Amino acid sequence: MEEEWDEDGPEVVKRFMYVNRKAPYGTVYALEMLEKVLIAAAFEQDVHVVFMDDGVYQLKKEQETKGINMKNFSPTFRALEGYDVEKLYVEKESLEARGLTVDDLVVPVEVLSSQDLKALMDKQEVILTA
Amino acid sequence: MKFGILVNEGPFQHQASDSAYLFTKAALEKGHEIYRVFFYYDGVNNANKLSEPQADDRDLVKLWSALAEEHKVDLVVCVAAALRRGIKDDILAPGFRISGLGQLIESGIVADRQITFGD
Repeated sequence: MEEEWDEDGPEVVKRFMYVNRKAPYGTVYALEMLEKVLIAAAFEQDVHVVFMDDGVYQLKKEQETKGINMKNFSPTFRALEGYDVEKLYVEKESLEARGLTVDDLVVPVEVLSSQDLKALMDKQEVILTA
Repeated sequence: MKFGILVNEGPFQHQASDSAYLFTKAALEKGHEIYRVFFYYDGVNNANKLSEPQADDRDLVKLWSALAEEHKVDLVVCVAAALRRGIKDDILAPGFRISGLGQLIESGIVADRQITFGD
């Protein structure tokens, strides 16, 4: 059922930004957002993925989810590089407010201040948030 | 202007579906084009023809179907989100179709503005 591009590549490449604002478990938003990111990569768009607010917890190392009967999907973030999704950003203020540093995260990210993130958002053509 | 619409919430839990519906209707009436309405997360429940709201409540499933009939709006339900919620072809309301997430990305590429309704 998936649509495929007929040509060698997409005719239009837009700047897509995915803004993850919610904790990885408790609601389904984070998991289904990740599925959305993987599909955008297949369409060879210019993908940017942002983690802010409780969304920064999605990248936390050593997630242990057996006790809540959920699949730990954080390893998938490490696979994003293989899909050419390499532009990952974390909001500095969100990270600090939760007592986290980049060493606590499962993937390398660029840490941006709220102001710099705003500037990056201004440059996007499609922003999808959850 | 050409709009793409994304509906992320179910029709009874949250106002997002109502807002998306009213926006879509208003845009069409103003002469704008709606390239596609894509239903994701619990938004897929907007397509369930088995839902029966009480008589004095609005019925968004029927409202979407009527909009599709009148304006030929493309109403697309995400297959992955739909299957895990039991939304399949045989309970799909008229005017909806099930397809892949690629349809959302394509909407973002083609539309002048891609608008999200939901948390």
